[in-house]
Amino acid sequence: MRHDLLKSAFEKQKKFKSNLRTFREKPLQTSKTPDVPKGLYDKCTECGKTFMTKDMIADKFVCPSCGNHFRLRAIDRLNITIDPLSFLEKGLGYITLDPLFIEGYEQKIATLKKETKMDEAYIYGYAQIKGLPLVIGVMDSHFMMGSMGSVVGEKVTKSIEYAMVKRLPLVMFIASGGARMQEGIFSLMQMGKTAGALRKLHDQGLLFVSVLTHPTTGGVTASFASLGDIILSEPKALIGFAGPRVIKQTIKQELPEGFQRAEFLLEKGMIDKVVHRHQMRDTLHTILKMHEKGS
Amino acid sequence: MDILRKEKKLFKLEDQLKELDDEKAIKSIKSKIEDYKQNMLKDLTAWDRVLLARHNKRPSTRDVIQGVFDDFIELHGDRNYGDDKAIIAGIANFNGQPVTIIGQQKGKTTEENIETNFAMPHPEGYRKALRLMKQADKFDRPIITLIDTPGAYPGIGAESRGQAEAIARNLYDMSAFGVPVIAIILGEGGSGGALAIGLANQVYMLENSIYSILSPEGYASILWKDASKAKEAAEVMKLTSYDLEEMGIIEGIIKEPLGGAHHNPDKTFEAISKTIQKSLESFYNRSSYEITTARYTKFRKIGFFQRFNYENLKGVVK
Repeated sequence: MRHDLLKSAFEKQKKFKSNLRTFREKPLQTSKTPDVPKGLYDKCTECGKTFMTKDMIADKFVCPSCGNHFRLRAIDRLNITIDPLSFLEKGLGYITLDPLFIEGYEQKIATLKKETKMDEAYIYGYAQIKGLPLVIGVMDSHFMMGSMGSVVGEKVTKSIEYAMVKRLPLVMFIASGGARMQEGIFSLMQMGKTAGALRKLHDQGLLFVSVLTHPTTGGVTASFASLGDIILSEPKALIGFAGPRVIKQTIKQELPEGFQRAEFLLEKGMIDKVVHRHQMRDTLHTILKMHEKGS
Repeated sequence: MDILRKEKKLFKLEDQLKELDDEKAIKSIKSKIEDYKQNMLKDLTAWDRVLLARHNKRPSTRDVIQGVFDDFIELHGDRNYGDDKAIIAGIANFNGQPVTIIGQQKGKTTEENIETNFAMPHPEGYRKALRLMKQADKFDRPIITLIDTPGAYPGIGAESRGQAEAIARNLYDMSAFGVPVIAIILGEGGSGGALAIGLANQVYMLENSIYSILSPEGYASILWKDASKAKEAAEVMKLTSYDLEEMGIIEGIIKEPLGGAHHNPDKTFEAISKTIQKSLESFYNRSSYEITTARYTKFRKIGFFQRFNYENLKGVVK
């Protein structure tokens, strides 16, 4: 009897120890996933230096030592960009379906909904930057790499239409791996849909600023992301049509240093300006101010 | 047994036919061939259709242009960088009506394919297409696009010259043209590279062509990290003409002759010609505003999702 008790206690301790080990190992894993990890201290995924998470967040999610821009959740992006409490979310209640019956897709969406507390990879709504009204849309790469399926395509189109109804400028923060494979041809068609809606916005003489953040690739780059009146980008963001891995496989060569990064695209004339995250709010404000009606 | 192996058997029968002199034997083999062709096309899997769509004897865009249109004049260059041979573009007469034709050209031999880059256009190809489509809009000519590409080319040059921007710009401007745009998918319709000239009022597909978000190989390697599962991917992707018609993505299917388009190209051209004629007739007496709006609404509606209706909650939640 007593022996059994001891045995179970011993096993419990063993379990606790192994739990402890995984707990200790966790901070190391952050270098693999380029995410903002939780905890008191963190390590930069680029330069490897340690910093206090609190400081990094206060610094708008930029590494204090090397200036690496961490990937942001949509809510954090809104917090650092727009006026506090000015956001009014629109386009709620969309439900993602599974048109091709891909195994595990619905489940993945369900878990991501819980984890990210978002409906889909894109949110939009009314907001203000230093008192100037605008329609803001933000993609979140934590939700299926921010990929564009039917719901994201619909919401992007809705946000464009909302800007047309309210006659407000539209600013979009883009972070996406491209069209969502799990929804097949429907995802592809969203490219035509969003581009067509932007054409209507253009005909109405409204401003569209697209801000490309890390990463912006695939069908999203090849549709609404590249169609801004002004295209801004964050430093070192990966921007391109095909992913680097695909290009490498196709041409069977090493890719040049800095290929498909924001600075590379700036040099090739594909984007207007690379803006540091610290100056993003001010830059957007200046642009919006210049396009204000009656000025 | 996949379709290509079945086809080899058919070719063997046809070779036998050539060697024979005896009339009775010829007749019996001919009926055998007919039977075989009919059986061959029964229960085609999606993968079989992928193989047929990529068949190296399948009529290419240039063949279709020669077979369907008259007085084709090819026009070159994007006036900016160069001329992309992966895209053929020009003006021609269709039953006496001038039209603009844009299409991706696949080669039949390796040399031809190297010249046309396996029908994978660079940005300058898409910009050439856009230039000529704008020209068509100016002169009020209907635009007919012939799609046959595995996708836009992923390479260093293509990226540096703005592949994504070129495709996006095409979609942006195509959605506003006041002339009818008719797209016909001849073989492979692969991803954004196909859509970049496929934002049309009416999209038709040859029976054994495919239209998908990515090649089955790429799809399998992204979803299951295994490119060799292309066959399984083709089955789940819903990329055949019948699937797409059911989903409302395309307007119609152009039937192919027995054995596939390459067994009787003339018949295929005739079917294509009939479809274009019928499609063009549906735009007679329609204003450019109507045509633009119809195209926009068609794409605006595409999407597979649900929306929770808050109206239903009125009176339930206070």
